[in-house]
Amino acid sequence: MITRQAPATTEGRTIYKRPALLTNTTSYCPGCGHGIVHRLLAEVLEELGVGGRTLLVGSVGCSVFAYDYLRLDAIESPHGRAAAVATGVKRYRPDRVVFTYQGDGDLAAIGTAEIVHAAARGERFTTIFVNNGIYGMTGGQMAPTTLPGQKTTSSPNGRDVSSMGYPLPVTEMLSLLPGVQYAARMSVGDPGLVGKAKQAIKRAFEVQLEGKGFSIVEVLSTCPVGWGMTPTEAMDRLRDTVMAAYPVGTFVDRPRGIAPRLPQPGAPTKSITEGF
Amino acid sequence: MTVLARPAGADRPAGAGRPLLVASPPGTGGEASPTPDRVLMKGNEAIAEAAIAAGCDAYFGYPITPQAELLEWMARRMPEEGRVFVQAESELGAINMALGASAAGARVLVSSSSPGISLMAEAMSYMAGSRLPCVLVNIMRGGPGLGSIGAAQGDYFQATKGHGHGDYRVPVVAPSSIAEAIELVGTAFELAERYRTPVMLLADGILGQAMEPVKPAFPTLAPQSPDWRIEGAEGREPRSIRSLHLRAEDLEAHNLDLQATYARITAAEQRWAGEQLDDAEVVLVAYGTAARVARTAVMRAREQGLRAGLFRPITLWPFPADGLREAVKRARAVLVVEMSSGQMVEDVRLTLDGSVPVLLHARMGGSIPTPDEVVAAARRAWSVTESDEQPGLAPAPAGDER
Repeated sequence: MITRQAPATTEGRTIYKRPALLTNTTSYCPGCGHGIVHRLLAEVLEELGVGGRTLLVGSVGCSVFAYDYLRLDAIESPHGRAAAVATGVKRYRPDRVVFTYQGDGDLAAIGTAEIVHAAARGERFTTIFVNNGIYGMTGGQMAPTTLPGQKTTSSPNGRDVSSMGYPLPVTEMLSLLPGVQYAARMSVGDPGLVGKAKQAIKRAFEVQLEGKGFSIVEVLSTCPVGWGMTPTEAMDRLRDTVMAAYPVGTFVDRPRGIAPRLPQPGAPTKSITEGF
Repeated sequence: MTVLARPAGADRPAGAGRPLLVASPPGTGGEASPTPDRVLMKGNEAIAEAAIAAGCDAYFGYPITPQAELLEWMARRMPEEGRVFVQAESELGAINMALGASAAGARVLVSSSSPGISLMAEAMSYMAGSRLPCVLVNIMRGGPGLGSIGAAQGDYFQATKGHGHGDYRVPVVAPSSIAEAIELVGTAFELAERYRTPVMLLADGILGQAMEPVKPAFPTLAPQSPDWRIEGAEGREPRSIRSLHLRAEDLEAHNLDLQATYARITAAEQRWAGEQLDDAEVVLVAYGTAARVARTAVMRAREQGLRAGLFRPITLWPFPADGLREAVKRARAVLVVEMSSGQMVEDVRLTLDGSVPVLLHARMGGSIPTPDEVVAAARRAWSVTESDEQPGLAPAPAGDER
């Protein structure tokens, strides 16, 4: 039988504390994943010791107030333009740590040109891409990332791929580009996954600090209100359904030799040439 | 003529980016000097080099005719100076890169032409709302839509009445020569930083494409280090640069601040130039390339006995209302000359409020008015009001006495 011993002194032992970069409250709904991702960011930036020289480039959507919840200098972007704004910030201040925080409506729909070209140029900032498959702030409309058959307020009978198209796997697409040094998709579906998401976010910032190029972490998240579910049901759906459609993992970590198995432009692989 | 090599030294000679032809004629000694008193420069290139001399830290652009040489000049010169140059994926990208760099404290230049300016309208509104300085050059072409690549002035409304959404204004400076464009680049940066606002330099395809002799020493500006910029919150409270104010009372207060700034600009920054206004019976009002035509028309009209003068707004917003009211005090008619369907004429009429007849001579779509057709229009303007001596009859052509 194990007897737990009380601490030798009467002083408490800190086993949990709020990161100093995090403020007290957020406006996020119960069960929303943004709060988890904010916390991971705050922990990572503190562990890297760069919070005082990090610039947040915000976006438009539920996370528009991220600058009120993370104690960082911040600039707000027009909807979808965060990657261009971050380009301007980082090019002028390459000595600073710069990241965008964008949702899937912002990044995968209206902001596709900006994110693709920032990635293609290999801009030396990091993008945190929170994907909950829906436009949460405006009332739960269909996003490019919405799953086939998923009901939203603008796909009331479910996303019909014959007229509404297929989900856009942005992170896989970006991982093809040589300028993308690190790309991963993670999830907040359970505590273990949250821990892995933190590792990926940390690695993305390390790649930026090494000055290698663009890094992106997509984090699959929940929107209980937009999905019409309780927080528990939403977490279940995230693990069972969403993660089945969007596989998690590290797609690219070029500094560590992890490169996509997809054909590179201008350098056809053997298998392709053999096919002819 | 001599090829100008790039000399060393503190003064930034025009044409430092590549060899230029010196304007000094052979035998005048000018060709022997390493820094000639005049060099020939394209408007687009002169604006770019003026921005570099003024301490522009970052330039973002996208190719579009007729401003592409500005982008090309910056592509070569900004890296030489160790400064930021990015050719963006679109005008949306370019202006938002400018927004980011400006927030980080950079002195930023962006340039485009009419259709590209429309794409930049969104971020112009955000920059105005976020109080971010930036200088935006519009080398206007014909519109609407893809229009043409010819010089036009159809973007006056867009420039002066707001490009994007919301209650905001942007100071607009309008050069009518390349030498003046060089001066106004510095003015635009000063206004942008003094009032924390985007500023537009509005020119047209002729000013962008034409070459004129300019003095090779460009005005310089002191570096800025704005205390509001974002740079990391080490040792202080974090700050955010934003245009979002969800609570009605907050946004109204923010708007009142903006309006107070616009009132200060309107009171202090109206600029204009007048020529031969003292005895002018017909005052021509024109800016940019149209003012160049109007100046020739004033000379020809006077040769023909019609006392004409030129009032040339240099700031289009704030519109130089006080100067115009003073300039037309002795005039019997005003003729506005524009390379648009007539846009500035609305501000002229608003300013003069019926105190004197205001007529319009307008050409569009890349067509440039000729001095002779402007003189003819000035004669018609003279005739609109009847004088006791010669009702309805303008002064006769050259030689005839009035």
